[in-house]
Amino acid sequence: MAIDVSKITETISWKDITEGCKIEAAGNSRMFNTGDWRVNTPVFIEEKCEQCLLCVPVCPDSSIPVDNYKRGEFDFMHCKGCGICAKVCPFGAIVMKMGER
Amino acid sequence: MSIRERLSGNEAVATAMRQINPDVMSAFPITPSTEIPHIFSSFVANGQVDTEFIPVESEHSAMSAAIGAEAAGARSLTATSSCGLALMWEVLYVAASNRLAIALALVNRTLSGPININCDHSDSMGARDSGWIQIYSENNQEVYDNFVQAYRIAEHPSVRLPIMICQDGFITSAAVENIELLEDREVKEFVGEYCPDSYLLNSKQPLAVGPYAVSAYCMEAKRAQLEALKNAKQVTLDVAKEFAALSGREYGLFEEYRLADADYAMVIIGSAAGTAKDAVDQLRAEGKKVGLLKIRLFRPFPGEEIAAALQNARVIACMDRTESFNAQCGPLGAEVKSALFNARLMPVVINYVYGLGGRDVTVESITSVYADLIKIDQTNDAGEIYRYLSLRE
Amino acid sequence: MVKDLIQIRWHGRGGQGAKTAALLLADVVFSTGKYVQGFPEYGPERMGAPITAYNRISDKKIRVHSNIYEPDYVVVVDETLFDAVDVTKGLCNEGALIVNTARNKEEIKKYLNGYKGQVHTIDARRISMESLGKYFPNSPMLAAIVKVSGVMSDETFLSEMQQSLEHKFAGKPEVVEGNMKALRLTLQEVS
Repeated sequence: MAIDVSKITETISWKDITEGCKIEAAGNSRMFNTGDWRVNTPVFIEEKCEQCLLCVPVCPDSSIPVDNYKRGEFDFMHCKGCGICAKVCPFGAIVMKMGER
Repeated sequence: MSIRERLSGNEAVATAMRQINPDVMSAFPITPSTEIPHIFSSFVANGQVDTEFIPVESEHSAMSAAIGAEAAGARSLTATSSCGLALMWEVLYVAASNRLAIALALVNRTLSGPININCDHSDSMGARDSGWIQIYSENNQEVYDNFVQAYRIAEHPSVRLPIMICQDGFITSAAVENIELLEDREVKEFVGEYCPDSYLLNSKQPLAVGPYAVSAYCMEAKRAQLEALKNAKQVTLDVAKEFAALSGREYGLFEEYRLADADYAMVIIGSAAGTAKDAVDQLRAEGKKVGLLKIRLFRPFPGEEIAAALQNARVIACMDRTESFNAQCGPLGAEVKSALFNARLMPVVINYVYGLGGRDVTVESITSVYADLIKIDQTNDAGEIYRYLSLRE
Repeated sequence: MVKDLIQIRWHGRGGQGAKTAALLLADVVFSTGKYVQGFPEYGPERMGAPITAYNRISDKKIRVHSNIYEPDYVVVVDETLFDAVDVTKGLCNEGALIVNTARNKEEIKKYLNGYKGQVHTIDARRISMESLGKYFPNSPMLAAIVKVSGVMSDETFLSEMQQSLEHKFAGKPEVVEGNMKALRLTLQEVS
């Protein structure tokens, strides 16, 4: 029986915790709002973007969605604002807003 | 129908493994357990089992492979001794905390140094707090019977923990003795098919095994693991009952031998218990009220039951076949004394270290322990309470 | 001599098959319905080093797991051990010593620290060379201890050994025949 992973929270009793902390679900890391940790925010300037997609594989949090060979707006629920994408972009299509969420 | 045979302890374990026909065995050979993977791999080669045998490059890998296989959904096992178990140390905890019902055939051998290949319990006693169930065996019959029962205990839904079935290196592992075997079909039916609830290779139900647990979860996880280990006590008894119905051989948490009215009791583990029974019979024939308690289940430790069994004893010898270097007692001594204290019992307890590195245990040496206990009772002087047996002074 | 418990100690050198002989004895006596124990005393495994192996044979279940210090019989697989090992240590005078040697009993007795019990000799080297063309002393010594101790009849022993060897050396009939010949010769010659 799969358990509802959303019920596993920091208030769970030892009697209810899953056996060996097993997680019987896939992709549930998406439920974790790591975007909340962001202090600097990347800004995507679409008109400068050449769609080379170099920013996509370097993103540690898989926060640059790609559709039909084109990248789209950042996934701000998971982007932590590390700035690697801005550093790697050859066209200046990503700039960092420092100290802004 | 039982089959009358003569096998060494290693052959007995390998036979139980063949009858169980597990899914995966990963192993790296080490004296004195080498024969187990050696014999079992011949069963694999001969097509007598359909187990996947994985020869690995170290014991750390042997346990890691067993963990991977068990998590994937395969009934898995390995065998080792001494330094091999020590090299598994890190991953023993992983197997237990991930609640993987792996079986390990441990052939007890001392840990270095001085380097030595013979029996004592320093290997398994060092691993006693890793979260594994530990069961000890007196002879080839017991190690066979315990192995047949192992998965039924380990895989029980209220337990799901790895299990270590221990026997004394060389003393029983290499000794050929009479044994009663069950038929292959009987073992197969008793152990049953392995049907885990969740496993990694189940494509219908995605699963993550062994995730990081932050402080908010770690303590709850350990407490839940403890509960499973506690449950193993009742399950061990239940499985033993079913096993007795099948084989006629009865097992409990421990064995009491002429203990009920004994003033002088010995608590002991492994092959030396058989030798001690002969000593008990000789002393009883002389009218001495001596008895024996042989540990079967060491983890979880049945403290309440043991304290109750020892409640009439005036002087007790706890026999530790390991030195645990805490300068006051051995691991068995610590457990027994703690159990007695919790039961508000205060007999004199003398802790003996014996049989290290294969030092022979004889009827005479065991008799000398009982003589010590009787003298202590008569003189009302315990003297040194942490002693070495059969040591040259 | 038939007792409740018969205890046997084997002395040999690493590689000569004394351990195997002790295990074979346990095997063959098992077929008579008795309880048996056969075990070696293990140390570092070194070719040529003195080694000891043991047997217990009983009508009752055997619980003791110690070495044997007061044997009823001692089997010496290699007579050069007399210099290094006190082979009669603990051996009871009602028991017997069996030595693999071409020499006569009187010569052997000089090495036995005044041991007063029976001494039996068998020239296992000659028998092995005659039967197998190679020096494997363990088959003759096995037959010798069976004969001297009387734990089973010659006929039962030979038929059990025939079966066991045929099973073990299924593809090598000459090995089976050679070993059987060694056993038969020993049963006749041990004195």
